[in-house]
Amino acid sequence: MALLEVKGVSKHFGGVSALSRVSLCVEEREIVGLIGPNGAGKTSFFNCLTGLLKVDEGKILLGRDQRVLSGMSSDRILEAGIARTFQNLRIFRNMTLLENVAIGFHARTRSGLWDAFVRSPRARKEEKMIFDQSRELLRFMGLESFGNEIAANLPYGHQKRLEIARALASSPRLLCLDEPVAGMNPSEKEALAGVIRKIREKNIAVLLIEHDMKVVMPLSDRLVVLDEGEVIAEGRPQDIKNNPRVIQAYLGEG
Amino acid sequence: MERISLKKSNLFKVATVFLPLALIPLFDHNPYHLDLFTTVGIYALLAMGLNVVVGFAGLLNLGYAAFFAIGAYTYALLSLHWHCPFWLGLPIAGLVSMFFGFLIGMPSIRVRGDYLAITTLGFGEIVRIAFNNLDAWTGGPNGLLGIARPKLWVPSFEGGLHFETWSFSVNPAPYGYLVLGLVAGTACLLLRLSDSKFGRALVAIREDELAASCMGIPTLKVKLYAFGVSSFIAGIAGCVFAAKQTIITPDSFDFVLSVLILAMVVLGGLGNLWGAVLGAAVLGTLPELLREFADYRMLVFGLIMILMMIFRPQGILGGQLIQRELDVRHKESADGAS
Repeated sequence: MALLEVKGVSKHFGGVSALSRVSLCVEEREIVGLIGPNGAGKTSFFNCLTGLLKVDEGKILLGRDQRVLSGMSSDRILEAGIARTFQNLRIFRNMTLLENVAIGFHARTRSGLWDAFVRSPRARKEEKMIFDQSRELLRFMGLESFGNEIAANLPYGHQKRLEIARALASSPRLLCLDEPVAGMNPSEKEALAGVIRKIREKNIAVLLIEHDMKVVMPLSDRLVVLDEGEVIAEGRPQDIKNNPRVIQAYLGEG
Repeated sequence: MERISLKKSNLFKVATVFLPLALIPLFDHNPYHLDLFTTVGIYALLAMGLNVVVGFAGLLNLGYAAFFAIGAYTYALLSLHWHCPFWLGLPIAGLVSMFFGFLIGMPSIRVRGDYLAITTLGFGEIVRIAFNNLDAWTGGPNGLLGIARPKLWVPSFEGGLHFETWSFSVNPAPYGYLVLGLVAGTACLLLRLSDSKFGRALVAIREDELAASCMGIPTLKVKLYAFGVSSFIAGIAGCVFAAKQTIITPDSFDFVLSVLILAMVVLGGLGNLWGAVLGAAVLGTLPELLREFADYRMLVFGLIMILMMIFRPQGILGGQLIQRELDVRHKESADGAS
């Protein structure tokens, strides 16, 4: 049974179809690369997956219990187990790194407004847990020494790592990364690829959009190729590399 | 570690700021000063309450005086028709105001920025006009008079132990202490709120609502909580105001008051609780200090506000966060120029 099953998802914007009958699945502990030329619908697919866009047609199912995610709000989808990062960083710029990561625990903690006002034992315990684990996650992403820095003051590469730490805080079953290595230098890219492998070892499946073939080819167990909103190929990286339809999509006719 | 030690000192911080203020009525018996003290305290309550919505969550509310009015009229009606004691009226006024906060919040919180400002502005005006025209219940433009002052039960030992009721009078000192206690209590609770997961969630919504919702924050619910807390505080303040004045008219709750409270929050520093209190103190006392300018005092008042916003846009204390944001922007523009 696959962890994530997407069945015939379509999305139209007026007359333009961004996604047409996209089906794919992600297994437990699998790293799947989602590639395709610009405007192929990769980010639209992520937005449908995480509830930012309403799906016009099709179904998204998660986990053994086949929970239907299509139609849920973003915060409920996160609770169900899908966390994401964004192509254009969306960290909370004026919060510290620790606070950024702590936000990821919101859905996982049960204390309510009253607990906050009376500072109940439950709230205290949860606050301690949140910050202990946030610190741990920052260490995992190699950011432990910046915990009390304001996020906006960090270099770009660190901010990208912070966004992943924040997503991991929700303890997802599937992590969706939208161009995680864009704008990084080769050694940073290599390091981040290592981090993604370590994330998989935590029993988290990874679905990543990435343009850099040098990164995505060795990293992915499987690749899914999108072009003009359709899945045109799917398979192991070495097979995809030689698939004529993929080469055509990237290089154009001729 | 640093954070944890910070959290424990909330009560201590509140006590160090407000305990010295409690000494003022002991030295200064001038009723005019004590009355101003109480008024500033009510402003401080309102500014702290509005700060939850405007400062933390970044939702512009231009009709805040309406919630103040609802609290005041709730206690006035309870007192006049049912002889409801002040101490029972206080939470009821807060809850009724909170109910209206939810009522107006539920439809309007879905819209953002300017649209929310217009919606709340409309609500503020509707409430004032409604109180003005519902003559049968609110006395229309004449308002309601004869609202009961708070009473205390004081133990007495004369002729066996029994309790004597002691009522607040025109003497403003007891009101000063009442308001000071409420301000200190509210400050303490709000510091706790801002230091909790809800405080962080509100700031996250202000920073990037879409990312917040993708990180599992039920944004509508959290914003509604903020609206509820904010209008509850306004209701409490309204109740105290009604009990102090004993007369309320719709004029006391006009748009200018909403703007004045917003100005207090902005002047002190958006999102900064102490800033809101300081803003209330400055804008509450300034018009009194400027009395010697007679007819020109509002002009001078406006001028001071304009200069303030030009030379210190982040407010007196500055929401620390806002200050940082401004620094970053400054740096960016400097980089762009080079």
